[in-house]
Amino acid sequence: MSTQVTAVPRREAAGEQPTHPPTPGTGRRRAAARRALTAYALLVPAFVVFVVVMLVPIAKAAQVSLYQWSPFPGGESTWVGAANYTRALHDDQFRLGVVNALVYMVITVPGQILLGLVVALLLESRLPARPLFRVLFYLPVVTSWVVVSLLFRYLFVTDGGLVNWVLVDGLHVVDHPVAWLDSRWSAIGAMSALGIWKGVGWAAIILLAGLTGVPAEHHEAAAVDGAGYLRRVWHVTLPALRGQLVFVTVLLVIGGFQVFIQSLLMTNGGPAGQTEMPLTYLYKQAFKYLDFGYGSALAMVMTVLVLVLSVGQTILANRRAA
Amino acid sequence: MSVQTRRYRRTRTVARLVVLSAGAALLIVPFLYMVSTSFKPNSLVFEWPPKFIPHPATLANYVQAWGANDFARYFGNSVLVACASTLATTLLAALAAYAFARFRFPGRSLLFWVLMLGLMVPSVVILIPQYLVATWLHLNNSLSGLVVFYIGAGVALNTFLLRGFFASVATELDEAMEVDGAGPMRRFVALYLPLSRPALATSAVFSFLAAWDEYSWAVTSINDPAKYTLPIAIAQFQGQHATSWGLVFAASVIAMIPVLVVYALAQRHIVTGLQAGALKS
Repeated sequence: MSTQVTAVPRREAAGEQPTHPPTPGTGRRRAAARRALTAYALLVPAFVVFVVVMLVPIAKAAQVSLYQWSPFPGGESTWVGAANYTRALHDDQFRLGVVNALVYMVITVPGQILLGLVVALLLESRLPARPLFRVLFYLPVVTSWVVVSLLFRYLFVTDGGLVNWVLVDGLHVVDHPVAWLDSRWSAIGAMSALGIWKGVGWAAIILLAGLTGVPAEHHEAAAVDGAGYLRRVWHVTLPALRGQLVFVTVLLVIGGFQVFIQSLLMTNGGPAGQTEMPLTYLYKQAFKYLDFGYGSALAMVMTVLVLVLSVGQTILANRRAA
Repeated sequence: MSVQTRRYRRTRTVARLVVLSAGAALLIVPFLYMVSTSFKPNSLVFEWPPKFIPHPATLANYVQAWGANDFARYFGNSVLVACASTLATTLLAALAAYAFARFRFPGRSLLFWVLMLGLMVPSVVILIPQYLVATWLHLNNSLSGLVVFYIGAGVALNTFLLRGFFASVATELDEAMEVDGAGPMRRFVALYLPLSRPALATSAVFSFLAAWDEYSWAVTSINDPAKYTLPIAIAQFQGQHATSWGLVFAASVIAMIPVLVVYALAQRHIVTGLQAGALKS
């Protein structure tokens, strides 16, 4: 490969200029058409798979959501119009799930951003063992959700769990072990702890990338003006980090709303559906109760919610920037 | 003054190190405890007070996890699926990224935005219709079916990542090769691929980790135990042996080893890839 690349400077040595087809008319047009065809040919493999795996299912979900869908191949599906959607609007269990996901989001998004920012600021300038810290903070990010969900379920076990031991015998903040996973808010708290623990490193790495782009002179100028560290962070660093902060926030909100494996493997929605999330709920509608139509309707509602949230945030962020 | 500044700097560095170490400890302790539990006999997994150094330590969980339960097969399935989807995703994304970066054609920005839509659609949300489509195409309950779906799920992100990198290759080099009579594929292979090795590595690492860790689609699509991948197997383990945490974590530790190897080898590429993604959007 590399020998072929070395062929490049030869032309430059000869001092030639890039030659274009001399006749502007059909020749150039034909060349352009040929280039376009080449481009389409390059795109075909990726797009075939993408269309089958992503676009067709989105269209399919829209269709299925309007039916009482038969789960068996060849079975008869009946058109029910918007019935699945009206059912979704009045479904208390789904609403409870949405509230749970919102609470999870409200805890984990600021948690990850704030802690990630602190880590990024601490890692910003020269420091012994900086690469080591980067590796350690990023480790939970690359570990699978299945493993860490089971791990946190184990850590939050009532009798004999590490968390309760720290709280009872270590810090003496509670007298008796807390039954974390047996009631709604404490279970969501445990899931949120997992979410923050797993995501801080990611937020930190992205924000760190932004920090390296902040010109040092800005800091020095502010320091000369007598601004303390926190004021400099507020007035110099944060405005310069805008882009990254918006990016991280949008992705974390989308991700937070999609909380799935944590709930599935830590509580499986229990007790009595109290920790069900929108995605675990719609998943069970389809694959446990075989109600694909209703599951799809809920999926469409979630897709719209996520799109509105992400587009809305982006617009809001851009408007405030202007 | 300089002595004072230096002393102030040193104090600050020490303070930073202390805070960072405390944070790192919080992140690492759960992993250490997991490894520790994987060496504990079942009677000690809820020992109070908990011990980080298991006594007595045992290898029984590893022996049982690997030997019984077909774990070696699941490991092999995961290796196969992750490697195949890494190769295919990176290749297809590279071809598409080359088209977007270096060709003008009608519908270019429209197609690109359609692809970016794929980044926005929540993945679990389309599991239901994906399942229906996969049934229809006979791609359910098969490892190659998993690969097809992992390519589809990853191709958008990797095209986005590689397009940025290809676009930064100097056009003069490209034009020079074209003048020398090199066709588009020749330039792709001889110029773009070698110059983009770091970006390709990033794309490969992301694809590998995504496929290796994927659970939601795999558990939906696969129901033949012979075709389980590691995440399904581990979650099943926990379901079947509800209190055998040592066994579950021995399996988890085994499953994490390839991730740690990839991560250690490609740490730099992961960071570059994340940063490129963040800066360009």
